[in-house]
Amino acid sequence: MLTTDICIVGAGPVGLFAVFEAGLLKMRCHVIDALPTVGGQLAEIYPKKPIYDIPGFPEVLAGDLVKNLEKQIEPFHPTFTLGERVEHLHKQDDGSFIVETSEGTKVACKVVVIAGGLGSFEPRKPAIEQLEDFEGKGVAYMVKDPEKFRSKRVVLAGGGDSALDWTIFLSGVAEELTLVHRGTTFRGVPESAEKVVSMAEEGHIKLLLKSNVTEVHGNGKLNAVTVLIDNETEHTIEADYFIPLFGLVPKLGPIENWGLELDKGAIKVDTFDYSTNIEGVYAIGDINTYPGKLKLILCGFHEAALMAQSAYNIINPGKKYVLKYTTVNGIQEL
Amino acid sequence: MEEAIKIIVETQAGERVELEAPTDMGLSVMEVMKANELEVPAICGGMAICATCHVEVLESGDLPEMNDDEAYMLETLPHATGSSRLSCQLRVTPELDGLVVRLMPEA
Ligand SMILES: Cc1cc2nc3c(=O)[nH]c(=O)nc-3n(C[C@H](O)[C@H](O)[C@H](O)COP(=O)(O)OP(=O)(O)OC[C@H]3O[C@@H](n4cnc5c(N)ncnc54)[C@H](O)[C@@H]3O)c2cc1C
Ligand code: FES
Repeated sequence: MLTTDICIVGAGPVGLFAVFEAGLLKMRCHVIDALPTVGGQLAEIYPKKPIYDIPGFPEVLAGDLVKNLEKQIEPFHPTFTLGERVEHLHKQDDGSFIVETSEGTKVACKVVVIAGGLGSFEPRKPAIEQLEDFEGKGVAYMVKDPEKFRSKRVVLAGGGDSALDWTIFLSGVAEELTLVHRGTTFRGVPESAEKVVSMAEEGHIKLLLKSNVTEVHGNGKLNAVTVLIDNETEHTIEADYFIPLFGLVPKLGPIENWGLELDKGAIKVDTFDYSTNIEGVYAIGDINTYPGKLKLILCGFHEAALMAQSAYNIINPGKKYVLKYTTVNGIQEL
Repeated sequence: MEEAIKIIVETQAGERVELEAPTDMGLSVMEVMKANELEVPAICGGMAICATCHVEVLESGDLPEMNDDEAYMLETLPHATGSSRLSCQLRVTPELDGLVVRLMPEA
């Protein structure tokens, strides 16, 4: 089992900056995120958009802000578990915690900081009957290990960047690949769209436009999908895998069941230190609520700083922390 | 409010709510729904990149054309129908009077 001082749930900007604030006070952090990459909303929803309200940066691209935050926390050597959702929070008799993920990873820590933003990003699922019955049995919403699809018959659905990118990538891996897209144009990068169209023209992949997957079939395991073309022609494709890629939507998810005091899907906190009703558990960033709350990156950063001061007292009982500016000692590596 | 129109929103529970929307404030239908505390996540705040303000238009007069961002997003959405729109891209204008929309699930 992993052991650390602080376990941070959520690798959005606020979770990342919390590592920095904790690091200054010599506390070690482990960060968990359901997404395979760090950055939260900035990386998932708007990496290419400029942000104008980060002090000291008249303009910074969301993706670059994430990169800078990663660089800023390097000296503190945080550890990460990515691509796993935090499911359970177990309080131990001594007041410490064990945090457990969907994949069974366990982290022992003294303090838990929930920086879960809007919740964990979950795949947007198409409305197909029985789809969920085939999850893990041929239906997947993410490509984690492309090798799984080697020499298999794969049907992808969607028209955005990830549908295009994985079509290009998996075309060299799968035995047979079909991309089903409900529109006639693509939302992704034009070069990728052109490449997919020319691969279809050359017969390397099948491309079905104005089409929707409407049914999934199989006996315990997926073996075919039905596609409705142009709202009239039904067509069955034999398939070992069906991968709908329609983007992600945030869901509060398991955090709802941890016994935290909630208000309209956000965690109530004490603005003294952003602690929750469970001692040792803090909530910072978009996920918390208090009178006057603003869902801004800046506000989450401030909350991280105050949280760290309070967490210090839990991790170092009896020791008094005296505020020193980083300009006095610089950044001391952990 | 003289320059106000009526917009009717059918919630996911099937209930119809009538909203009054001013036409002189440059609001979008999404903003009017949020101002009336209807459950619209609208997490991107109207940038046509999250689709959590997706509605299906049930009744309307002439609607404004879609911009590319809206059209692309709707093409990608699994639940979209022929009369889907992103409510954040629909500006409240006098032509929209009597608009009836249904809130769509987005997950
Ligand atoms: C389009 C858009 C533009 C914006 N522009 C600005 C702006 O200009 N300035 C500004 O200050 N703010 C802006 N915001 C708001 C800003 O993005 C948020 O305030 C900020 O992302 C909050 O950071 P966070 O770290 O609290 O949460 P998030 O960025 O939401 O990150 C939370 C992370 O926690 C993870 N998570 C949640 N639950 C779990 C779980 N159970 N297990 C594992 N992982 C979990 C999620 O996967 C996610 O990665 C904008 C938002 C959007 C959508
Ligand atoms: S609010 Fe995000 S697309 Fe409309």
